Amino acid sequence: MRRLLNDAVDESLTETDDGVDAGVRAMSGFELFSYGFMQRALIAAVFTGLAAPAVGTYLVQRRLSLMGDGIGHVAVTGVALGLLTGASPTWTAVVVCLLGAIAIELIRERGHAGGDVALALLFYGGLAGGVLLSGLGGKSAATLQEYLFGSITTISIGDVILTMVLAAVVILIGVGLAPQLFAVAQDQEYAQITGLHVRFYNMTVAALAAVSVTVAMHTVGLLLVSALMIIPVATAQQVTSSFRATLYGAMVLGTLTSLGGLVIASFASYHATVAPGPTIVLLGLACFILAWPLGTLVRRRRRLGATNPRLEEALDG
Amino acid sequence: MSVIRTPRTPSPGLDSPPIELIDGEVEIGGVPILRHLDLTVRTGEFVALMGANGSGKSTLVRALTGLRPLAGGRLKLFGTPYDDFKDWRRVGYVPQRVGAASGVPASVWEVVASGRLTRRKLLRPLSRADRAIIDDAIEVVGLAGKAREGVSTLSGGQQQRALIARALAGEPDLFFLDEPTAGVDRPNQAALADALERLKARDATIVLVAHELGPLERLVDRSVVLRDGEKVYDGPCLSDADVHASHFDWLVSHHHNHEHTPDQAHDSHRPHASAPLDCTHEEAPQ
Repeated sequence: MRRLLNDAVDESLTETDDGVDAGVRAMSGFELFSYGFMQRALIAAVFTGLAAPAVGTYLVQRRLSLMGDGIGHVAVTGVALGLLTGASPTWTAVVVCLLGAIAIELIRERGHAGGDVALALLFYGGLAGGVLLSGLGGKSAATLQEYLFGSITTISIGDVILTMVLAAVVILIGVGLAPQLFAVAQDQEYAQITGLHVRFYNMTVAALAAVSVTVAMHTVGLLLVSALMIIPVATAQQVTSSFRATLYGAMVLGTLTSLGGLVIASFASYHATVAPGPTIVLLGLACFILAWPLGTLVRRRRRLGATNPRLEEALDG
Repeated sequence: MSVIRTPRTPSPGLDSPPIELIDGEVEIGGVPILRHLDLTVRTGEFVALMGANGSGKSTLVRALTGLRPLAGGRLKLFGTPYDDFKDWRRVGYVPQRVGAASGVPASVWEVVASGRLTRRKLLRPLSRADRAIIDDAIEVVGLAGKAREGVSTLSGGQQQRALIARALAGEPDLFFLDEPTAGVDRPNQAALADALERLKARDATIVLVAHELGPLERLVDRSVVLRDGEKVYDGPCLSDADVHASHFDWLVSHHHNHEHTPDQAHDSHRPHASAPLDCTHEEAPQ
């Protein structure tokens, strides 16, 4: 983190003669937020935090929590292709992720017993291919590591804009098509009988997952992408009893944890090497651990019939 | 309630039978499950599909809803050949699976509201009328006090009723219910019967798969009994005692003494039309 932060500060403060360390030490409180790299990071964190759980809710509902992880593995090949060809790794990752997500959805749709194994093969192929390709391209492991574990503080303006646009698309579709996506994920056969294009909506969720993986790539990194999609949902559903409340709750939690994790990591970086990606994920996990006993309490109260209607209404929006 | 009972405007094909299956055949993995099955259901009829486990009654419902493709035969829904049928909003389905369990909590209201999707435009919020119909559907099945609760916290019978409300919310003309009474206690069965009675009062066509009719018996107009994928009885409602007639011999020996004894006709085109098949009742001409 310190290295990354220093690099970023270096870019922002080229006029500072005292050296980068002095610059980092001088930063405190709100001053940190005045730097361009930090503002870019905060924007990326907000959009990622909103978008990833919006898709994650549908993945959890379909019991496909690990799909984001799988796409994340496939994305490594996409990033490596970008590094190898000199194209933007974000764009190549989007393309490869979409192809991977469609492949996963087709394998899943067939529902064969071997589908599980086929998915595993796809995941490992994606990861190994990515590492191999980036080696061929003469890129060091450190370059790939930026994408594997995230490097939100070195995100470029172009990538911030791309992240914002992609995240906005994911949020608009995820929230706008919520009734249809909910119905298909809740009971696929029923949705089919009522005349919904089940396959189209399944593919939509897969495509949204692919896009949000690339969106979250800069924030928490490909290996931790799934965490940002799943953990806020798991936390929110501890206390909710409706889908809408879970969806919106998870989006709020995702935003708070990615912002909180980034800020904590930034301030902690004065004293130690603290990477924002893992901090965000661990903060999310901490929220889950706090929500767990609360959820047990809520469920017990519900079982006893002592539901608080006002609380329920507030949660259901 | 008032919204649900509003008489619908007549749509084309209203006079055609909701279901017309001729020589239907279904295979699963190459194994024939349904063979040479004819079934016509007229508007407003309440038909109970009965038979032992594995007799093909659930498969028949799945074939009629398009979930299981026909290997042979012709199917018309509301007078339209299946392949051309697009008006799926007229069809409601209540699956056998109790407990629409998913990874994320869903409230009763949300599950029922998903049944309204057939009548909603894309990306449009629910209208006031839509909401009223959803609320009515929940009230009809007696879950008004539980609308905001998670489906997974309900009992099996209540979950089943939530799924019926979901089908109700789409205001279909033709209902398929797959074993709605399985694993449901008597008070819940009675509540279910009340809900179906209201449906029947609005002239909905209902096809019910059942192992046991219980309190639903009084509503049934016609029983169709399957055995090994073939129709072996088609006539007036069989009593609950007859429902256990999963064996041909039993059906035959008791059949003649029963007060509901249907008109009997030989089914000449079936090769093994020996004793048990004597009770096969051909569809009366309309």
